Amino acid sequence: MIEIKDLHKSYKMGSNSLHVLKGINFSVEEGELVAIMGSSGSGKSTLLNILGMLDELDEGSYDLDGVPIKNLNETKAANYRNKFLGFVFQSFNLINYKSAMENVALPLYYQKVGRKERQEKALKYLEQVGLKEWATHLPNELSGGQKQRVAIARAMAAEPKVLLADEPTGALDSKTSYEVMDLIQKINDQGNTILLVTHEPDIADMCKRIVHLKDGVIIEDKKVDQVRAAQYV
Amino acid sequence: MKFLLDRNTWQEIFGSISKNKTRTIITVIGVLWGIFIYVALSGAAKGLDNGFDKAFKTVAMNSMFVWAQNTSMPYDGFKTGRPMQLKLGDVETLENRIPEIQYIAPRITQGQFGSEPVYTVRGQKSGSYTLNGDFPIYTKISTKKIFDGGRFINQEDIDQARKVIVIGERIQQELFKKDEDPVGAYIRVGNVYFQVIGVHKLAQGVSFDSDSAMFIPFSTYRKLYNSGDNVGYLCIAAYDDADVVQVEKDIKAILKSTHRVNPKDERAFGSFNLGERFGKVMGFADGLTFMSLVVGIATILAGVIGIGNILLISVKERTKELGVRRALGATPSEVRNQIILESVFLTIIAGIVGIILGAVVLSLLNTFTEGADFPYANPTVPIPYVLGALAIMVILGTLIGLIPAQRAVSIRPIDALREE
Repeated sequence: MIEIKDLHKSYKMGSNSLHVLKGINFSVEEGELVAIMGSSGSGKSTLLNILGMLDELDEGSYDLDGVPIKNLNETKAANYRNKFLGFVFQSFNLINYKSAMENVALPLYYQKVGRKERQEKALKYLEQVGLKEWATHLPNELSGGQKQRVAIARAMAAEPKVLLADEPTGALDSKTSYEVMDLIQKINDQGNTILLVTHEPDIADMCKRIVHLKDGVIIEDKKVDQVRAAQYV
Repeated sequence: MKFLLDRNTWQEIFGSISKNKTRTIITVIGVLWGIFIYVALSGAAKGLDNGFDKAFKTVAMNSMFVWAQNTSMPYDGFKTGRPMQLKLGDVETLENRIPEIQYIAPRITQGQFGSEPVYTVRGQKSGSYTLNGDFPIYTKISTKKIFDGGRFINQEDIDQARKVIVIGERIQQELFKKDEDPVGAYIRVGNVYFQVIGVHKLAQGVSFDSDSAMFIPFSTYRKLYNSGDNVGYLCIAAYDDADVVQVEKDIKAILKSTHRVNPKDERAFGSFNLGERFGKVMGFADGLTFMSLVVGIATILAGVIGIGNILLISVKERTKELGVRRALGATPSEVRNQIILESVFLTIIAGIVGIILGAVVLSLLNTFTEGADFPYANPTVPIPYVLGALAIMVILGTLIGLIPAQRAVSIRPIDALREE
């Protein structure tokens, strides 16, 4: 599903350049649930941004579902993001003047799905995350865990090939974190490919594979026995 | 352009606008105020314009009076100070020689310009009034509103030198009882009895004649006073597109040459050029209209710039939202279109509300000025002007929307989403 070869990325900071990713080789199969771990500054968010086509790579290659991702203009990147990827952010990034349902329906709007179908689909995904009765509420009427579940529903609504989650539990307490992880595991159980960035070991243990990043290189890439989050909920 | 017709686009824009009410209202007020000022101001100016038009409706705008005075220069063997006298023959000469003249009405008068008014009697009642000897063509220059049942002097009256008379509204009030029909009655003017054929109503606005003026056929007058071909003064109307000042000069030049007056003699013939005066007044009204147009458009411009300004701020405020939209698959052009359409939509809404408010104010103005004794009537803004202003607003709204839209697009989604 994801194929990365010898990926380099550096940022210019004034006169010096900061070499963030120093040759990453990495691939993800369909249906995997991968945690990317590392301390801050290890390059994990940069990697996720490149995977999410929010940032461009300097060197190396990146194939997503057999499509080479290279030299994309903004319009093409937007179309690919819309078609291939679902995003979950640490700070939820819901649009605060749109109801939960409208937020979930937004990627479908950019897929040019009709209004009625958009609403039906949005409701379906809200139901999956257990928030159907909150559909008409605005984000500021929801708790942090609920917001993140809406965000996950939004990421899933476009039926992406890969779900990218950047510290999805970073802003949540551990109980809600486990609820969200439970949801992510269930989505993964349905066969969806998920990549999540975290620095919490207990969250990483709930994935099927852990990739450890340090100073821009992968120091460890191991399959783990998944801890089900449901037992903590 | 297909996105313009897409219901979804509009739902998205309407959602974004309606859910940021404060921002929307503040944004709208600028343009609303602009178009309101534009409509109210130019409508008010138009009202003044209409008022002048209405006031001058009863008289030919391009008209003038010409009369004879005394020469001030010796010429052709005549000494200075020779009294001049206009003759009926001058009418024909002028008509033939100056094609710009539309109507020319000679008139002879008693009771104006220092001469004694004519003593008029009916039964026990009497009064002294101005008496004019007129031709029917006079009504082409100064409209005479005649009350029901009456008429003005016609050609047959002239041909047969009938002793018929048209009296003013005030004369009727002074000589007749309230419910008495004056038409057909006889009054004595000087020593001669005349039959009343009509009562003329005092015209609102500008009028050449007062309501205590009487009109009899020119031919009757000359018989009565033995005035021969003499003419008191000439009322002349030029065609609308003629240059009245030039026509006035031509008329005087011809009169001077036919009456053997020094061409440089400025005193021999007097004239009053109403057209020139009207021109000045109308020029004032035009200037006012133009000024209100300029002020209005400048205000609209300021309002549209205000919209651009607020959208620019709101783009900054919405950086994250726009970043999320981009991450969810909004292309740069979709983001750009959304911002521009928001700008245009707000501009149009503001414009329409402003036009409505302006129209309400104009209609109030109309109600309050109805029957007022200064020239003011029917303040309106022509539809093309309104549509033009709307079109300008849409164009400006688009152009000004481009600035925040470009800014929105220039923010990379990754920067927009970066945790603060």
